[in-house]
Amino acid sequence: MELPDVREKYGSCVNEVTLGATKEQGGTRGSTVTIGGQSTLPLLTFEGGLPHKPVIAGFVADVQPQWPSVLTEAIGEEIASAPEWAAKCVSEYGVDLISLKLLGADPTLGDASPEQCARVVGDVLKAVDVPLIIWGCGDDAKDNLILPECSQAAKGENCLIGSAKESNYLTIVAICKADKHKIIAEAPVDINIGKQVNILLQDAGFDLKDVVMFQTTAALGYGFDYVYTILERARIAGLKGDALMAGPQLCDVGGEVWRVKEAVVDEDVMPGWGELSRRGPLWEAVCAGNYLQAGADILIMAHPRAVKNLRLTIDQFF
Amino acid sequence: MIFIGERINAGFKDIKEAIVSGDKDVIREWARKQADAGADYIDVNLGTASNRPEDLCWMIEAVQEEVDLPISIDNNKPSMLIEAVPICKKPPLVNSSTAEDSKLDALLPIVAEHGASIIGLVMDEAGSPKNADQRVENAGKILSKIMEYDMSPEQLFLDPIVMPLKFMQEQAAEILAAARQFGLFSDPPPHIVCGLTNISNGTTHKKLINRVFAAMLIANGLDAVILNVLDEELVNTILTAELVMNRSIYADSYIEAFRR
Repeated sequence: MELPDVREKYGSCVNEVTLGATKEQGGTRGSTVTIGGQSTLPLLTFEGGLPHKPVIAGFVADVQPQWPSVLTEAIGEEIASAPEWAAKCVSEYGVDLISLKLLGADPTLGDASPEQCARVVGDVLKAVDVPLIIWGCGDDAKDNLILPECSQAAKGENCLIGSAKESNYLTIVAICKADKHKIIAEAPVDINIGKQVNILLQDAGFDLKDVVMFQTTAALGYGFDYVYTILERARIAGLKGDALMAGPQLCDVGGEVWRVKEAVVDEDVMPGWGELSRRGPLWEAVCAGNYLQAGADILIMAHPRAVKNLRLTIDQFF
Repeated sequence: MIFIGERINAGFKDIKEAIVSGDKDVIREWARKQADAGADYIDVNLGTASNRPEDLCWMIEAVQEEVDLPISIDNNKPSMLIEAVPICKKPPLVNSSTAEDSKLDALLPIVAEHGASIIGLVMDEAGSPKNADQRVENAGKILSKIMEYDMSPEQLFLDPIVMPLKFMQEQAAEILAAARQFGLFSDPPPHIVCGLTNISNGTTHKKLINRVFAAMLIANGLDAVILNVLDEELVNTILTAELVMNRSIYADSYIEAFRR
């Protein structure tokens, strides 16, 4: 008996987005990173093209995040200096690009000035030659002040800048158009708002082919399945021709996982959960590994061992 | 939803005059207007204005000079299609054939050779079907012919034949039942299309009837429609019905996004 052919054929592709600019392209990066371009779901190589592997971005911040010692000690003293931390991510952990969060600009966490933030961006760009993702601190009003300066400091480097939200997107559109950067479109675990943000960016004159979609990542055990299904549903819609949902997708795994008790609480508090020094990075790596299956293109990772573990997964399966 | 814009039809006076006088601008203008309104295909119909292949090709060229959408060639004569299909820049939709073997065997070689699609009207020698079963039987005949020519079900647009509500009121429910069954034929299923406005022929509340019937057809699997794509309320109804059926993802500005 002949087996029926159950392969899905989609009519469209995920948008291909390139980050970073080499000297010839007007920047100073040693190489660029390209994501997207898929014509089917992850891993289904028999159905369509999966031209680019998912990439790993090293989590870096201008001030040390409130993280447990199991993570800060694994990173080492470089965590106190964004350029040194970034350099370590590239040379020792082998990340593909750097994700720089300007947490220190938060009015409650140091309130760093736009100039100070721009200086950090410049220093990180000097310290590494991989492409850069630049985030504000998450406070809309403050981000509208610091991001224009940071964007200027990285002009020509073709960075990915985050994030545009339904409530706050006009400033970021303006600076990314002026300085030729790409945009992260953020939604709060809500596919409808995700689509709406893309419509708003398009209406503001920004080309959706330069947008990476971000559904505020959930840690494993804390709404992971909601985000997973959103990533998958968005990807299927994009592949079926919904141009508003055809962007590559980003997950901030490192930024989320180190807030949940499974990755943070010591074994003497939770006997039976196993050694924290192994459990923590494993929680991060397993969370990221599963987002790969949902259609994540960029994974921001924090723990060096989680980066290593995820790299093995990507190299083995993609 | 696949929107097939119906306006470039010699049944309209301005189009007929444009064909007779060779005025491409009128054709191009309607192509542009329909493309801007969201059409996926531009239907071209010579009507009674001419029966010369060169006139059909002239219309197609005029559309293609203005927009880069695929053409729906509203003609069923092999002698015309053999000239018109090859000049289409994108695989066209041939509109249409009945379920009669002689007609399908005359048209499908041209359609298959060019990777085009075809609208299959579910009627045969006996004329228009009277109920859902006859529609489904004829649809099955067309689909098996498509397979014989090594075409994919997705190259077939089945038309359940919409009849005027005012004169054949019992037919609407049969059409809906037939459409639902077309969707079960294969995976992927053939497309389901219709000339929507037939439903409201002769009625006083044409636009309302068109909208309601469109929504009901979509609930039964319709995924392509020949329509006046400039009828905003009709298009809005269709976009909304597709959301209700979970065929597209909701966003607050879904109407505005379509009209962009």
